[in-house]
Amino acid sequence: MTALLEVRDLAKTFEVSAPWLNRVIERRPRLFVHAVDGVSFSIERGRTLALVGESGCGKSTVARLLVGLYQPTRGDVRFDGQPTDSQQNAAGLRTLRRRMQMIFQDPYASLNPRWKVLDIVGEPLREHGLAPTPAALRARVGELLHSVGLAAADGEKFPHQFSGGQRQRISIARALATQPEFLVCDEPTSALDVSVQAQVLNIMKDLQRERGLTYLFISHNLAVVRHVADQVGVMYLGRLVELADKAELFARPRHPYTRMLLDAIPDIHMSGRSRTPVQGEVPNPLQPPSGCAFHPRCPHANARCAAERPALTVFQGVQVACHAVQEGRL
Amino acid sequence: MTSPLLEVRNLRVEFPTRRGTLLALDDISFDIAPGEILGVVGESGAGKSLTGAAIIGLLEPPGRIAAGEIRLAGRRIDNLPYEQMRAIRGRQIGAIFQDPLTSLNPLYTIGRQLTETILTHLPVSAEEARQRAIRLLQETGIPAAEQRIDQYPHQFSGGMRQRVVIALALAAEPKLIVADEPTTALDVSIQAQIISLLKRLCKDHGAAVMLVTHDMGVIAETCDRVAVLYAGRVAEIGPVGDVIHRPSHPYTTGLMGSIPAMDEDRERLLQIDGAMPRLNAIPSGCAFNPRCPQVMDRCRRDRPELFDAGATRAACWRVAEHEVRT
Repeated sequence: MTALLEVRDLAKTFEVSAPWLNRVIERRPRLFVHAVDGVSFSIERGRTLALVGESGCGKSTVARLLVGLYQPTRGDVRFDGQPTDSQQNAAGLRTLRRRMQMIFQDPYASLNPRWKVLDIVGEPLREHGLAPTPAALRARVGELLHSVGLAAADGEKFPHQFSGGQRQRISIARALATQPEFLVCDEPTSALDVSVQAQVLNIMKDLQRERGLTYLFISHNLAVVRHVADQVGVMYLGRLVELADKAELFARPRHPYTRMLLDAIPDIHMSGRSRTPVQGEVPNPLQPPSGCAFHPRCPHANARCAAERPALTVFQGVQVACHAVQEGRL
Repeated sequence: MTSPLLEVRNLRVEFPTRRGTLLALDDISFDIAPGEILGVVGESGAGKSLTGAAIIGLLEPPGRIAAGEIRLAGRRIDNLPYEQMRAIRGRQIGAIFQDPLTSLNPLYTIGRQLTETILTHLPVSAEEARQRAIRLLQETGIPAAEQRIDQYPHQFSGGMRQRVVIALALAAEPKLIVADEPTTALDVSIQAQIISLLKRLCKDHGAAVMLVTHDMGVIAETCDRVAVLYAGRVAEIGPVGDVIHRPSHPYTTGLMGSIPAMDEDRERLLQIDGAMPRLNAIPSGCAFNPRCPQVMDRCRRDRPELFDAGATRAACWRVAEHEVRT
């Protein structure tokens, strides 16, 4: 198997400094947030990689970097062996864009309320010149709506006439319009109720099976991730702390943060699992802790963890960034 | 059996609109015993938050209680004048809302907000109130409470703010706490801290809790009993273990099956087709009948009441006829 998407040392820094005048008068330094800081992974064709983490860990920034909504500060993204940055010419980029699409979290904000569904789903077709005539466009949109469980006649309606789950299906239909190979899904079900979430997750799995789609699935919900993913990457303050196959990660979480996340999930089956109490909160990303970013909350941290940043290295077939795991203390 | 702390009987909440009256809550009845935690669960629009708002007397106009009654420790509270209800709110019923940032006043220090609540409801001096506020903050696990009491809400993180809101709800030692989605705005690791805190404090203070949430995991971890709402009606109510593991109502079964589980592998999730009806288009008979896999003729015609189904009570004709297949 070859990797469809390869990400090497990807980083994105945002400047959050005070305005120039304030900096000069109050002698304040420039401030930067390292939203994503050296993330590397690859996704094989037809597979799903899920990125999980708490608010502010950089998972959505990774999603936006992949589809080109942000320009990376460092590192590169290769799609099917081709670069996706400025080295690529405009026509090449356009072709690449057609092959990767994105589904956003909030189906209320990501659909233009003044457009009919036909125009929303048809826009990528028009933009990429994939529908030669209006009739062909209409027929293609009808097919797309049908593939996500809506009726072709729904094309004449406006987004406000649909429920949240139906709107998310419209977003999926729009993302599928250009027949992409790769979909970036940024929390696609977080705004939905559980029964509707089940409908959307089922559709996404069916489409993946039928069309051999590759997904990057961003979520904070580990139970959802466990249901959809093949591989899982756990992020903390802009870095990957663990990257493993799903079965391995859920059966034998290595990194203390992964263990903590798994322990924190409310257990619906009340199996009486023992829980390690979770301490503290995510630190301020403007002043990330030295060394391992997780060390102030980690029950296994020692002096080395506070001083030296652990690198993501392979350990028993799993990539993990933790001194305690590598030293065999854990 | 002890008499219930809160009794809700045949509660009906209406919203009069130009295009007719919307029935948001229809014939809701349940009890909460002293010290008990009752979960109220349902999807968006099921009426769970409205139930909480009706109990604390904070229904947004034009919503109004059209029928039924609410009793707190035997005393009827749904028809009290505004000033009397204001005295009960805070003193006897504490409230915790979803978003901790909007439930705290950004212009006052948290100490001022806490002491104000304590002084309003309890006969103590200002100094005693302050000591009490510090003790409450310590109880909710806020480090350096003596210093932090003089800080403003924006100086606290989301999890810490929700701790302050819990301290505020407990300030006057109420017997009942209405918590509306207290952990929904928080990250999972913080959510676990807040749930265990809420559970421990309510036990220490002997307060009963009505916990409104859409998260079945939170319900399973926290509650003694659970009421499942659908389209403004109670679909099923009973001990939490029975509702989760041996649900009787087909809606509860579907809801449980649609949640991705951490300990089993399924290729597909159980799916309830369709969506909850809008309030202006609630079907006749059982509100769930258009989506129900086990629908019968009678379900489309007559509305089921709550029938005994083993340990739980469910509003389903199949239950009435002992025919539920699971």
